[in-house]
Amino acid sequence: MSAVTPDQLHDDHHHHGPTGLMRWITTTNHKDIGTMYLIFSFIMFLSGGVMALTIRAELFKPGLQIVQPEFFNQLTTMHGLVMVFGAIMPAFVGFANWMLPLMIGASDMAFARMNNWSFWLLPVAAILLISSFFVPGGATAAGWTLYAPLSVQMGMGMDLTIFAVHIMGISSIMGAINIVVTVLNMRAPGMTMMKMPLFCWTWLITAYLLIAVMPVLAGAVTMILTDRHFGTSFFNAAGGGDPVLYQHVFWFFGHPEVYIMILPAFGIVSEIIPTFARKPLFGYASMVYATASIAILSFVVWAHHMFTTGMPAATQLFFMYATMLIAVPTGVKVFNWVATMWRGSMTFETPMLWATGFIFVFTMGGFTGLICAIAPIDIQVQDTYYVVAHFHYVLVAGSLFALFAGAYYWLPKWTGYMYSEFIGKLHFWCSIIFFNITFFPMHFLGLAGMPRRIPDYALQFADFNALASIGAFGFGLSQLIFIVAVVKCVRGDGKKAAASPWEDAHGLEWTVPSPAPHHTFETPPVVK
Amino acid sequence: MSVLARFAVTALSAVPAVGAWAAQSSVNLQTPVTAVATEIYDMHTLMMIICLVIFVAVFGVMFWSVFHHRKSKGAVAAHFHENTMVEIAWTVIPVLILLGMAYPATKTVISMKDTSNPDITIKATGYQWKWGYNYIKGEGEGIQFVSNMSTPQEQIQGRAAKGEHYLLEVDNPVVVPVGKKVRILLTANDVIHAWWVPALGVKQDAIPGFIRDTWFRADKEGVYRGNCAELCGKDHGFMPIEVHVLSAEKYSAWAADQQGKLAAMKEDPNKEWALPELVAKGEQVFAANCAACHQADGKGMPPAFPPLDGSAVVQGPKAEQIQTVLNGREGTAMAAFGKQLSDTDLAAVITYTRNAWSNQTGEAIQPAEIAAAHN
Repeated sequence: MSAVTPDQLHDDHHHHGPTGLMRWITTTNHKDIGTMYLIFSFIMFLSGGVMALTIRAELFKPGLQIVQPEFFNQLTTMHGLVMVFGAIMPAFVGFANWMLPLMIGASDMAFARMNNWSFWLLPVAAILLISSFFVPGGATAAGWTLYAPLSVQMGMGMDLTIFAVHIMGISSIMGAINIVVTVLNMRAPGMTMMKMPLFCWTWLITAYLLIAVMPVLAGAVTMILTDRHFGTSFFNAAGGGDPVLYQHVFWFFGHPEVYIMILPAFGIVSEIIPTFARKPLFGYASMVYATASIAILSFVVWAHHMFTTGMPAATQLFFMYATMLIAVPTGVKVFNWVATMWRGSMTFETPMLWATGFIFVFTMGGFTGLICAIAPIDIQVQDTYYVVAHFHYVLVAGSLFALFAGAYYWLPKWTGYMYSEFIGKLHFWCSIIFFNITFFPMHFLGLAGMPRRIPDYALQFADFNALASIGAFGFGLSQLIFIVAVVKCVRGDGKKAAASPWEDAHGLEWTVPSPAPHHTFETPPVVK
Repeated sequence: MSVLARFAVTALSAVPAVGAWAAQSSVNLQTPVTAVATEIYDMHTLMMIICLVIFVAVFGVMFWSVFHHRKSKGAVAAHFHENTMVEIAWTVIPVLILLGMAYPATKTVISMKDTSNPDITIKATGYQWKWGYNYIKGEGEGIQFVSNMSTPQEQIQGRAAKGEHYLLEVDNPVVVPVGKKVRILLTANDVIHAWWVPALGVKQDAIPGFIRDTWFRADKEGVYRGNCAELCGKDHGFMPIEVHVLSAEKYSAWAADQQGKLAAMKEDPNKEWALPELVAKGEQVFAANCAACHQADGKGMPPAFPPLDGSAVVQGPKAEQIQTVLNGREGTAMAAFGKQLSDTDLAAVITYTRNAWSNQTGEAIQPAEIAAAHN
């Protein structure tokens, strides 16, 4: 299975080839590429964060103070696009690149050169996306969902966004194919599918979701492009089209996309909890089946984002029932994690803190999701701050917290040094406290009737908005603590990490030295 | 939310300042005034209680474990990692709970969708960024008006104190009688909007080129306020909805009054207007319909919203400007005003732009010319 480099036969700890910048541009090494994905996604996370803080600064009190409505709409739109496509998704691909070969005992990803290309498309897409702020008319202001016909009205920033989405889609599809082929073909002898770490399973299923839905998104935005410039009328009723068609196509991508951003998070948490509970994962097989069920169900629930568009009662009921069903496999996962902790011998190092925090706060997002699934209640809360609260509970407290959990868990493996527990714990406690100060009041705002995506609001919403803005700045600043933690590790400022720095970690990644050498598992390990 | 909300409010009240602050902020769905909104409110309360019970149970177990099954407390890890009976139980029990939740929700969905046999039918049209209303059937038939937000710019920009109904007040509210089934037909002129009044339990997207419908029957007289709920561009946050629910008698009086006014306002389409008359009327029409984008000073907000002051189209031949105003500009935010405004208003506003700021064509466009341009 060594389809990669001829020099790996004689080289295990040293890297031959270009140095300096060219090393990073030409690298085909899964660890280098994983590192680049992670750095890229963190830069995008900070950019999206600055946009979020500008939004929260404007919403600190009623009236328009800092930005005007057009720019406000550009910020909400770009915040969503940057966080989804620039921060969360590439971060998980970074984890996949780094950890999948190490977990299944492969020497590298299956398609190493394509891997390089998948990554280097991303900065190009990011430059297109961010530079759209500076073209005449500014960035697209149609919301991250880019609903037609509003998106047809936008200036050329919209076209840049469409091309950026195309490029990011190509990158995701290539990354996903690479992951599927690697996991299916390059497992070490004895590593059967049902022996794989759960993170590999969740990523395998996620990769299939990506391959299935990214082309759908590309189709949707291409139709917008031709409606804008080439006289087609896919979404224009005057020409025989239908604006709601866009929403159907978009959400057929959009709902699986939600699980693309959370399934790998489930995988990371399922690695961490058993390690620090010193007890095997409860219900491994049911975890795999639950992940697969969630993925399959994700294709038949899309119209729950569209209950207010006006659809027949039978359609509304179908999508409501299908959506409610998702609570069952998701519940199974939460129960399994709690059962894994039960009668364990737990310690709470930073990764475990984040993972426990994840379960607690993510589950709140799960419950509000169930409430949103009930069609009549959704009629009241759709497009309000309740929904904003809901998806930040699952995307920030879900995906992002799991990413931090994973980052602290594997930092010793990546850098060879232990992070500072004090800094890691400070980062966790600041994040979880400020996260809740920011987003918990948004449930109240939404229920009381505050719409989302508005730059100014009625006076009865003032108190909770001020509180949310204070929380947001706290949360934003807390993320700088993470930089300190990582920089200290990279600079070797800390305790040297052993091959397995955790007392009871299992998995092949802990059998190689820390930091993981440039090439690992050239001779596949044998799994018993 | 009520249980959690009350719990939160009670907890916060421990700190006096915070308690005072929490008491004046709303934390739950608005007080419902229709049967459907009441069902939604109660369903939400029920869901909150069920979720809260599950939440406390699951995390009670988890935190008990977190505090007791610690290595530092000498806990020794067990080795179990599956239990078929438990796993079946926590798959089947949630399904049963979900069935219990689905039953009332299904009933409400069916009643929300039943728009048959209305007493009054009103068509609401979403425009960037205002609502137009046409009373199509029932008492008040024929009444039509445009409803703009009435909060002044000074309040938004912080140059004046904000009023009680800041951003939630309009010049021409929708008026309906109490206890009557009102069916709202929805459509839009440009992009998707959504007509949402929380207290009535109604939210329905208004989709350009299509008609959707919804209904409500308000049980209580009063003023109910809402917003556009679907992102529709720059002034999405500034197109509120205000519904006045009146007694049957007051509604009849209002309807008769409106219909009388409409008849009186029917202008003679062939009347020749003088230039100053048109300019004066046009300035008002401009302020209500055009100034949001093109600005009161005619400078616009280029490049999205081009200036009219000094514009080649405005200073050029009138036919092109008339066509632009009547039919809009495809692919831009310029809406087609031909069906929104009367010929007199259109003539006046075009005349105004051709004689305002540095544009001094001296031309007066007559309503008859607009009528001719309609074909």
